[in-house]
Amino acid sequence: MTEMVYGSMPARVREPVLPRWWRTLDKWSMTAIFVLFAIGLLLGLAASVPLAESNNLDRFYYVTRQAAFGGLALVVMLACSMLSPAMVRRIATLGFAASFVALALLPVMGTDFGKGAVRWFSFGFASVQPSEFLKPGFIVVTAWLMAASLDLNGPPGKLLSFLIAAIIAVLLALQPDFGQAMLVLFGWGVIYFVAGAPMALIGSMIALVGAAGVFAYNASEHVARRIDGYLSADVDPRSQLGYAMNAIQEGGFFGVGVGAGQVKWQLPDAHTDFIIAVAAEEYGLVLVLVIIALYCAVVVRSLFRLMSERDPFIRLAGTGLACIFGVQAMINMGVAVRLLPAKGMTLPFVSYGGSSVIAAGITVGLLLALTRSRPQGQMSDILFRRGR
Amino acid sequence: MTRSPLRPLARILQARAKGENPDGIERENVRLRNEATRDRARTRAQVRLLMLSAGFMAAFSTIGVQMGSLAASVPTEPRRSGAGAEVSATRADILDRNGRVLATNMLTHALYAHPKDMMDPAGTAAKLAAIFPEMKAPDLERRFTDGRSFLWLRRVLSPEQMQAVHDIGDPGLLFGPREMRLYPNGTLAAHILGGAAFGDESVRSAQVIGTAGIELGMDARLRDPAQAATPLTLSIDLTVQATMEEILSAGMVMMNAKGAAGILMDVHTGEIVAMASYPTFDPNDRPNPVLPKDAEPGDSPLFNRAVQGLYELGSTFKIFAAAQGMDLGLVGPETMVDANAPMRWGKHQIKEFEGKNYGPLLSVSDIIIKSSNVGTAHIALMIGGDRQQAFLRALGLMDPSPVELAEAAKVKPLVPPKWPDIVTITASYGHGMSSSPLNLAAAYATIANGGFKVTPTLLHGTTRPAQQRILGEQASRAATHMLRRVVTEGTASFGEVPGYAVAGKTGTADKPRRGGGYYDDKVINTFASVFPANDPAYVLIVTLDEPVETTGPKPRRTAGWTAVPVAAEIIRRTAPLLGLRPQVEVSPLDDITAVKQ
Repeated sequence: MTEMVYGSMPARVREPVLPRWWRTLDKWSMTAIFVLFAIGLLLGLAASVPLAESNNLDRFYYVTRQAAFGGLALVVMLACSMLSPAMVRRIATLGFAASFVALALLPVMGTDFGKGAVRWFSFGFASVQPSEFLKPGFIVVTAWLMAASLDLNGPPGKLLSFLIAAIIAVLLALQPDFGQAMLVLFGWGVIYFVAGAPMALIGSMIALVGAAGVFAYNASEHVARRIDGYLSADVDPRSQLGYAMNAIQEGGFFGVGVGAGQVKWQLPDAHTDFIIAVAAEEYGLVLVLVIIALYCAVVVRSLFRLMSERDPFIRLAGTGLACIFGVQAMINMGVAVRLLPAKGMTLPFVSYGGSSVIAAGITVGLLLALTRSRPQGQMSDILFRRGR
Repeated sequence: MTRSPLRPLARILQARAKGENPDGIERENVRLRNEATRDRARTRAQVRLLMLSAGFMAAFSTIGVQMGSLAASVPTEPRRSGAGAEVSATRADILDRNGRVLATNMLTHALYAHPKDMMDPAGTAAKLAAIFPEMKAPDLERRFTDGRSFLWLRRVLSPEQMQAVHDIGDPGLLFGPREMRLYPNGTLAAHILGGAAFGDESVRSAQVIGTAGIELGMDARLRDPAQAATPLTLSIDLTVQATMEEILSAGMVMMNAKGAAGILMDVHTGEIVAMASYPTFDPNDRPNPVLPKDAEPGDSPLFNRAVQGLYELGSTFKIFAAAQGMDLGLVGPETMVDANAPMRWGKHQIKEFEGKNYGPLLSVSDIIIKSSNVGTAHIALMIGGDRQQAFLRALGLMDPSPVELAEAAKVKPLVPPKWPDIVTITASYGHGMSSSPLNLAAAYATIANGGFKVTPTLLHGTTRPAQQRILGEQASRAATHMLRRVVTEGTASFGEVPGYAVAGKTGTADKPRRGGGYYDDKVINTFASVFPANDPAYVLIVTLDEPVETTGPKPRRTAGWTAVPVAAEIIRRTAPLLGLRPQVEVSPLDDITAVKQ
């Protein structure tokens, strides 16, 4: 009564934030991510010990480090997943601007850690790879531009986003980091594809890439040797690939046993690029299939949820994020089984790496924010269908 | 700025006519059209998202299937990759004609270091220096600690050294397998075999490439992986080779010569049964001698006098003029030829040895037996320069020897560019043109074997082209007979070996002085011999460089005193080894013995 008498405004009837978040979230995808991270820690217990020993560190130094970064990444992921689409766009655009500047400054202020490619900013206790953080921001900005270009009298978003993609690809290629450059171009291509790229253009692009590949094969001896090495049936058993393949074969269906694997002692990248080989050797095909199924589930579930999404920006941004996440996992595992030529790429959430895991947390967090179920105007369709 | 046309035009015009604001109508229209586009875009996007999902599922399934097939396959033993970068270490063995090993491979190890894996660089350096005298501990320690991650320490280790390095126990010291070329007979046949060295090296293996001799001449064949299991069989007979080398080295010392060469060749096939050159070397440890500036190339132990040495072979050439003259029908063995010395030809004067005069007339046989320069010159003038040149070329005296040694092709006999009559004269007794002992051996084989061309070879039992006749059989037989008489009655009387009817011709040539002219007291002595004379089977050339025989009151430098006894000893010792039966002259039974029987 008092409220009625004094005329205070009634509080808006609105569902509290957390329950709404929990109700609309893609809980299966989130669970899959948690499981992947747990598998990553489990594998790290075995795979990172040789490196820690050779660096005179505590045996589980890298595991504790990964647990700390991974915990941070999961918090970031949960926080991101609570954002509204508008906030996603806002924050991702700001993040993109910041990481783009960071990427452009790399040649001046970056370090290469003696690995030949300037990819990192070093902050003493940790190092940051801006290209990892650039990708989710780039995807969101591209989706925004593309979605805007769909409107009548909208900006020329396709052209603008392509220019941005090209500039980033060139900056990455100069580091050189062709893997990330290709990933950025792939992300742009996927968004353009879903935004309605003409099929004729897609067909001619595929033909052009094929022709360029054939030309490179014939014109450059170096490229030809790489491709021949990839196509030939024999793998040099002393190469990284040879060890990885041998590990998968040794593992068989149920693995050689926890901690009994050998490949982690032979491969310097066992805890990052070739973690799947460690998984295959120690736990066998079973665990590998579980990992593949988890990645596949996250990607395909997200894409299916986005199919019913009406907002073009949400649809495009979600597609781009899901695809770069999935493709990164796909390339990493495809290299280990020699379906793809060697290319250094981490397995998101499973491989060791601070920047990598936090960036993956941001990517999946934004993806979860965009795939949350929200009213899609079905009711208005039913109520106000205007004779179309 | 492009502006989309006002739509719907009819309603807008109507509104304008009524004085209403048409913007609301246009906005409403744009909104509706946008909605329509979005609906279309959404349907299209749904299809494409479905395609993407299908694509991802297919890709992940492919990876899963590939993982499954890999997991189901049995890991194979690590194989050598097929990439061409692998260094091939295979090299075929070399055998003599009876299958005895002349060159083979032995597995040894090279020593290299990974300094970054070393536990104790200073201690390891000190221990290594104790094992290998050529290594210095401070130097090694500096190299182990200057930050490099790889260094070679030694090409080849003996098993004892390898064990000693094992016993150091440092994980930074590593062994790489090496196929080492081994010549089990040491210096034997050194100039034929030549030597081998490591070519491209990697940690896992090293290429062995020939550096000289047959190892270089047949390098491609020896390194061919397809034929690595088939040894290369040489025409050399190891026993005969050893005998010849023993006598040649002893003879060189006895005759105070500074060098010697010998070639024993089958007259029919051209197969070289033995060939030696002194001084010699050990191909297992091929020296790299530094010669003084004024030294001749022949002073190097690596120099193969039999093949690389170009000498004016002197009177040994006379038989070619006699044989060709008889073959052309210009002379017979007993034809009397002008031999009045000294002979004048233009401004030149042709003299005999020690100013003798065998003239005025001498039979062709006696010209050879007495070794008359003037008589030979007259025969050569009868033949004429062109025919003489053609014959010498056919005998192979003017071209590099085709034998399978790397050095042979580079040695072209020195022949005067023009061939005036004076060259015809001097060439007939072996002056004015130089060729190698091996060239001479092939030419003598032709004289002895009935007149067929002979191609010298070191390979045993290879198929040969059809025989090419360059001298009539009659002339060949007559020439051999003359050579036999040189031994029985002429300058080579020390060459007689009972039972083996040695035939041959001596040659003594003054050594050319560097910068023109000839030395007075430096000669090349050659004895070119054929045995047995009645059915020639082998030709033997012995050449001594600067010999002098000092048992007499004054030093003797003619081939009859130096090269001939050495050659005779070689024949006496090797002919039985070659399977030749001595022809013991059965004296007719005297009456008493006959009666007793």
